[in-house]
Amino acid sequence: MTGTRRTVLAAALVVCVLAPLAFEQYKLYVASLTLVYLVLAIGLNLTLGYAGQISLGHAAFMAFGAYAVAILGQRGLPFELGLGLGGALAFGWGLVVGFPALKVKHHYLAMVTLGFNIIVFLVLRNWEGLTGGSFGISGVARPAWGPISFASDRAYYLYILGWAAVVVASAYWILSSRWGRAFRAIRENEMRAAVVGVSLRAYKVMAFAIGAAYAGIGGALFAPLLGYIDPGAFTLDRSIQFLMMVVMGGLGRFEGPFIGAVVVTVLPEILRASEGLYLIIYALAVMLMMLFMPKGLVGLWDRAVTRLGRARVMPGTR
Amino acid sequence: MPLLEIQDLTKHFFRFSALRMVSLGVEPGELLGIIGPNGSGKTTLFHCVTGVLRPSGGQVRFKGEDITGLTADKVYRRGIARTFQLIQIFPEMTVLENMLMAAQERTGTLLGRLCRREKAEETDRAMRRLEFLGIASLKDTPGSNLSYGQQKLLDFGMALMPEPEVILLDEPLAGVNPTMITNLVGHILELNGRGQTFVVIEHNMEVVMSLCRRIIVLSEGERIAEGTPAEVADNPLVLDAYFGR
Repeated sequence: MTGTRRTVLAAALVVCVLAPLAFEQYKLYVASLTLVYLVLAIGLNLTLGYAGQISLGHAAFMAFGAYAVAILGQRGLPFELGLGLGGALAFGWGLVVGFPALKVKHHYLAMVTLGFNIIVFLVLRNWEGLTGGSFGISGVARPAWGPISFASDRAYYLYILGWAAVVVASAYWILSSRWGRAFRAIRENEMRAAVVGVSLRAYKVMAFAIGAAYAGIGGALFAPLLGYIDPGAFTLDRSIQFLMMVVMGGLGRFEGPFIGAVVVTVLPEILRASEGLYLIIYALAVMLMMLFMPKGLVGLWDRAVTRLGRARVMPGTR
Repeated sequence: MPLLEIQDLTKHFFRFSALRMVSLGVEPGELLGIIGPNGSGKTTLFHCVTGVLRPSGGQVRFKGEDITGLTADKVYRRGIARTFQLIQIFPEMTVLENMLMAAQERTGTLLGRLCRREKAEETDRAMRRLEFLGIASLKDTPGSNLSYGQQKLLDFGMALMPEPEVILLDEPLAGVNPTMITNLVGHILELNGRGQTFVVIEHNMEVVMSLCRRIIVLSEGERIAEGTPAEVADNPLVLDAYFGR
């Protein structure tokens, strides 16, 4: 990582930590949601951006985490147990869903993951005894460590921030390891990757499973944010929203999910001032961004740096 | 015993036979040439040996072990590296990253590769190879920014990185300018002189005749001749395959 990137990330972290001190309740909620989405987008960026395996089922993996903390919370079990179980379940299902990636690619793989998302949605809606069906589960408890409670919005924001930091650090560790390079090799030239010894089976499946596990963690953090979840929160729409975050931020770039999560979460909130027009403006903004910034908003940053005549950034985790 | 032994190798694509009962052996330290007109099955042979394609029949043995039908990564880990007719590098990675990528999977476990960071000696080894090939100054350049000839050299360098026992070169000189041809031939001969085993597919007859001591000729998926360059050049079957009756 270059010095500039380290500074930008450190500055972003400081702003995130200070934000809740100034924000009122609704803005704090949006900031918390942005962090949750950041965790999810980092997972999808690893699967899609680095390893090149498209997933339209990320919301389904998210559901494992959300329902795990909700169901275990109802039984009085600690939040972290639900988070761990949700992450592990998502990881396990990521391994299962990752297997078709060995045989199918691109839009065919998108169809497989889309099908998985629909199946999970139907199970959540119909398994009423466990998931509450269409009524969902309300009163999802926020975590508490003995006398320390994260029930208040500010405390829970800081709790999410802590987990986001863990996810960012672990993702950086994975992506800057030889695994990260192998993921990129698969994305850039699958046949060549195999011929230089990359086990496509192992790496593709792991890329799916790790991305899914992050989604599970994100889902676990999401559930207590509003305190209520239902299957409608984990539909294809949500998966596409994550895809937008990763693509708009910059596929396969470490900074991509940070920018994507902020833009996709915050931009609609800012545009709400235009009342009925906000969805049209938002859709147009997305279309224009994709048209003029095919490498995402990170690409815009790269172009600005190049224009300023400074050396082009060639990140180690690219 | 041959280092690499191919026995009755066959590859069908539906009803089309790209390879028919091809057999050959490669001795340790040899520089074997494989020639033949376009579509004679040379690249398909490499694909079947290196696990890119699964053979329809026959057997491939490496150091006495049956490696027929193994996936490409498993073949690579046994010590067979290759280059490609159409250059295959990682375009967004830098030259140095391409080189490191070509060696990182040779040994160790999957988990080990997650935990173990790059050692300075591995980078040093990659840099020595790049210096040998004369492209060390391009180490931080993305692969896609290299010229065609430089990409060929990188492709060749990637095949050297894992220190394989056999290197299969698929038309290493195609589309390369004369100066670069001289460089590449020099590199191949120098490495072969140090005991590196090569199998080379090449269309440049002048070079292949001067480079290899033994040549095998394929035509329409079948092995039609074998011998020294002089023997092959005078073989009527070979002349027939290239020029027709």
